[in-house]
Amino acid sequence: MNTLVSVPIARLANIYWLESRTELIKNLRIPAFAISSIAFPVMFYVFFGLIFNRDGMSGDMPAYMLATYSVFGVIGPALFSFGVGVSVERDQGWLALKQCSPMPISAYFVARVFSALVFGLAIALILFALGYIFGNVSMSPGQWTLTLVILLLGSLPFSAIGLWLGLSLKAQVAPAVVNLIYLPMAFLSGLWLPIQYFPEILQKAAWLMPAFHLSQLVLSVQGLSLGFNSILHILIILVTSAVFLGLAFRAFIRQSIN
Amino acid sequence: MHQSINKPLVQVKNLNKSFGDVEALIDVSLAISAGEIVALLGANGAGKTSLINHLLGRLRPSSGEVWINGNKPGSMAARQSIGAILQATQMPGTLTVQEHLTLFRSYYTSPIPLNQALATAGLTDLVDRRFDTLSGGQKQRLFFAMAICGRPDIVLLDEPTVGLDAESRRDFWTCIRTLRSQGTTVLLTTHYLEEADALADRILLLAEGSLMHEGTPESIKQQLGGKRIRFRTTANTAHIGELLPGHTVTEYGDYIDVIAPDEVATLKVLLSAPLDVRDLSVEPVSLESALMHLSQKFAGNQKPAAAPVQESEQQSEQETTKEAAR
Repeated sequence: MNTLVSVPIARLANIYWLESRTELIKNLRIPAFAISSIAFPVMFYVFFGLIFNRDGMSGDMPAYMLATYSVFGVIGPALFSFGVGVSVERDQGWLALKQCSPMPISAYFVARVFSALVFGLAIALILFALGYIFGNVSMSPGQWTLTLVILLLGSLPFSAIGLWLGLSLKAQVAPAVVNLIYLPMAFLSGLWLPIQYFPEILQKAAWLMPAFHLSQLVLSVQGLSLGFNSILHILIILVTSAVFLGLAFRAFIRQSIN
Repeated sequence: MHQSINKPLVQVKNLNKSFGDVEALIDVSLAISAGEIVALLGANGAGKTSLINHLLGRLRPSSGEVWINGNKPGSMAARQSIGAILQATQMPGTLTVQEHLTLFRSYYTSPIPLNQALATAGLTDLVDRRFDTLSGGQKQRLFFAMAICGRPDIVLLDEPTVGLDAESRRDFWTCIRTLRSQGTTVLLTTHYLEEADALADRILLLAEGSLMHEGTPESIKQQLGGKRIRFRTTANTAHIGELLPGHTVTEYGDYIDVIAPDEVATLKVLLSAPLDVRDLSVEPVSLESALMHLSQKFAGNQKPAAAPVQESEQQSEQETTKEAAR
């Protein structure tokens, strides 16, 4: 009796495309989101990576900070698009209406990941250009590409963290809470200042931060990481992703059906 | 549409739902057939939205069964055959009417053409307007367009005209009537009695989680079979209640309303009593009065959803209605 209607691939692809495009247009039309998510990492990199280091503490600084501010840049849209976006649409009842429709729920997440990746890509490319032109950062084409791929893939776990936050937080408090996680995590992960300059206890604390592990992977492309095995960082990131996806899944089920 | 014809589109059997100690729905059974416009009427907290949420698969029954077109609520098949307006929904404000509708249409296997959805909801001229520039009535019509764009077998409207001004509400009614002429089944919840009267083929009355009455708007009035006697007097309502046992006595501004099963007998008692009765009128019972009377019969101590009552008189009014219900 209960006919299982599976969605044909072509139709599913069309839904994914429309949902993703709509999500992107929606975000591009919100200046607060579009400008702040791009402007902050760019501004920080220009100040601290380029201007501040003009006469060079060490010649590696523009290259080092290109990696860490790019990490800072790509995780922002992932955290905010999910953390704030989902909580707002939940409060609006918009998510509930979509859940009552035959929208494949995967489309909702695919669209947000897509939008976060587009923003992440734009941020990374702007920083790359600035680093290349003004910071004399030199990498082989293969290194630039690998850096970009790691950055974009590495932003996905932060979508999972954001999703869990978005499903758990009320819309009014979500922006504040996400900022309270984003900014201290960025600092403690050594995204603003290399953690070598931190007291030892903070250097240890960095290991708890997923952004630290992502930054080590990105830095390792240029041989600037602390030198731990990349597999270790990848494993920690994967475990973190799994934990937050699990939490998000539980929160999702809990809020959709009573 | 694609299931067997005799089967009701919506089938609810002995549905119970409790949230902790609170019983939201008590032994509700109902069936809705294709082409019907059914109004689910009740006060706030009567369980209307809980019932709708069961049909949408957003709530699971504590016991009992719910079927949509032979499918489980919340299943993909059920979601394909339902269109819905939920209460107090907002959408991303930076997207246009067309963008919202285009996306929503893509979810359905055989949506109606975009232009038809726009025309039915009276949105053709607003197609490029962003959501946050629409008026309340226009937003509600966009939600309506989204509810019908998938060619659903049944449309669930949860208090669709709440907060709309009179003109927007009439515009919205026009949309629902257009839908009816196309043969779509509609279940709408409302606490506007005139709305149920104007639109519905059948009214289901929900009070404190139980379905206490169902019938056509006419049958509800007929079942009561009485008249409303309205007058002014210096005597208080409690006194009138004592004088007319078994009657519903309420205040309407500085008038007193009595619902009388046999108006001639009641008038005889009323006019032969040593009372100063002025501005007397006798009229057929409005749906509102009929439902108020039925709720009181049913709930005993429920406060009627009556028309304006002055603060100072509220106390005595409550006593009177309790009196009358006994």
